[in-house]
Amino acid sequence: MATEIRPGADLPAVPTRPTIAPTSGRVPAAAPDPAPAARTTKIEARDLNLYYGSFRAVRDVTMDIPANKITAIIGPSGCGKSTFLRAFNRMHELAQGARMEGRILLDGVDIYDRSVDAVDLRRLVGMVFQRPNPFPTMSIYENVSAGLRLGGGHKPTNLDAIVEDCLTRAALWDEVKDHLGDPGTSLSGGQQQRLCIARALAVDPEVILMDEPASALDPIATLRIEELMLELRGSYTIVIVTHNMQQASRVSDQTAFFSMGEDRAGYLVEMGQTATIFTNPREQLTEDYISGRFG
Amino acid sequence: MSATPGTLAGSRAPFAERLAAVRGSRRRVVDRVMRTVALAAALVCVLPLAAILLFVVIKGAAALNLDLLTKPPKALGTGGGALNAILGSLQMVAVAALVAVPVGILGGVYVSEFASRRSARAVRFAADVMVGVPSILIGIVAYTLLVVPFKQFNAAAGSVALALIMVPVIVRTTEEILRLVPHEIREAGLALGVPTWRVVLSVVLPAGRTGVLTGVMLAVARAAGETAPLLFTALGSRLVNVGQFGQPMDALPLFIYNGARQPIAALNDQAWGAALLLLLFVLGVNVAVRARSWGRRAG
Repeated sequence: MATEIRPGADLPAVPTRPTIAPTSGRVPAAAPDPAPAARTTKIEARDLNLYYGSFRAVRDVTMDIPANKITAIIGPSGCGKSTFLRAFNRMHELAQGARMEGRILLDGVDIYDRSVDAVDLRRLVGMVFQRPNPFPTMSIYENVSAGLRLGGGHKPTNLDAIVEDCLTRAALWDEVKDHLGDPGTSLSGGQQQRLCIARALAVDPEVILMDEPASALDPIATLRIEELMLELRGSYTIVIVTHNMQQASRVSDQTAFFSMGEDRAGYLVEMGQTATIFTNPREQLTEDYISGRFG
Repeated sequence: MSATPGTLAGSRAPFAERLAAVRGSRRRVVDRVMRTVALAAALVCVLPLAAILLFVVIKGAAALNLDLLTKPPKALGTGGGALNAILGSLQMVAVAALVAVPVGILGGVYVSEFASRRSARAVRFAADVMVGVPSILIGIVAYTLLVVPFKQFNAAAGSVALALIMVPVIVRTTEEILRLVPHEIREAGLALGVPTWRVVLSVVLPAGRTGVLTGVMLAVARAAGETAPLLFTALGSRLVNVGQFGQPMDALPLFIYNGARQPIAALNDQAWGAALLLLLFVLGVNVAVRARSWGRRAG
């Protein structure tokens, strides 16, 4: 297993963040909450079934996602990886006819509880998409600050500092600091994706979901995104869906392997330490997939 | 003639001979004729525009002078200008746009962003029907609702009629444009925890702003040229009316209509002058819209 190597990593930053626990006094149905610093599991998916209309895309997945680590989800096309990922920030429910069963707990809070607003949730669970999607009419600066400016709540007064900080952490500051007013779409594909990561960091999320974040990029840009992910590990819980097994093995601490059943529903075959999954998997199916025999 | 298929290669006639045999001279004549017919049809489409431009420019330019732009028609006899019509058109179209632009854009946003498939189809269908409704019918509705009860022709009724003509055009163009805005952009906004209405307002609409503006400009040009709905609402007036929407008001199309049917050459000339003004406005808007889209493609 990879270790926390980040020098000077501000790991205890977690408790200073706001939590999504509603202040309504309702006690979430989850088990008693250990102190955040002691928590090792960030997200718990329990018996998760995800549907589009009558089609079941994900079947009976139970999974624990460790805090401040990188968890990779791999598997063949159409096995429900992205659908599963999009359940964590409640983007799944935006699709026509989308439905879910089961529970997802984030720090013990049921994110599908009626007291949790999906819009609020998404401020704490950020997402980076397959294709870089900066806002086309906004400058680099405006893109990074968009979540803070357009989201609810009061606008922070130190936007400039936040923008610089996020661009720095996204390893983009040096390349763009002299033309922050240029359109976000004027950047190269790899830079745009790092801009999207900076944009996601700006609202100070706890979890970052990445849906094949490098599959539209060339190898060098891909490498930079991977380096960036390793930089961010320790401060954020990262869940990455990827087609690219080498990528999963390079960046992730844990790997979950999904496959598709007879009914075309995706299910979790196995999950474990990345090194174990890639060298000594329990399941024959996993071994066949990682050795390139199917998928 | 050529041999039947399947003939052994050696027994075929020489290539040049066979080529001459298959060369259809009738086919080439038909081709020539059909090309000419198609070209003629294309010319029939273009010629009227050229004729209109030519007539209006020649006749209108002769009547164009400073008086036409700055003076109202003389109360008695001939002379003066079309100031009443110019100001009337500007006011009525502006007020109509003030109503129709927000309603039309919001309607388009609703259809594209919020409506269920069924209600989207219903609104889209209604808007398409509205675009096709003869404008005189819209005039009759405005007349019945806003002229008859007050026993007074008035500019407000004219503006409402023009707004009714503009709204469906704006709804449809806005909707079409917003549907072209990539879905990923909306997702990017939602995934940041931005509320849906804010994503639409600050991300989706700005992304489609050129197209939306195009729709608005075309709707304005269309409204500026409408005559029928104004005939029995704003009625027309030989007086300059600024801001009195309870009173009759002139407009360029009405000015043309009224001037052209008088048996007085000077009034006919003024009508030509007004026609040129109207044409320049409508043409200007259309060219501006095209230029914008060309500029976008180039850029």
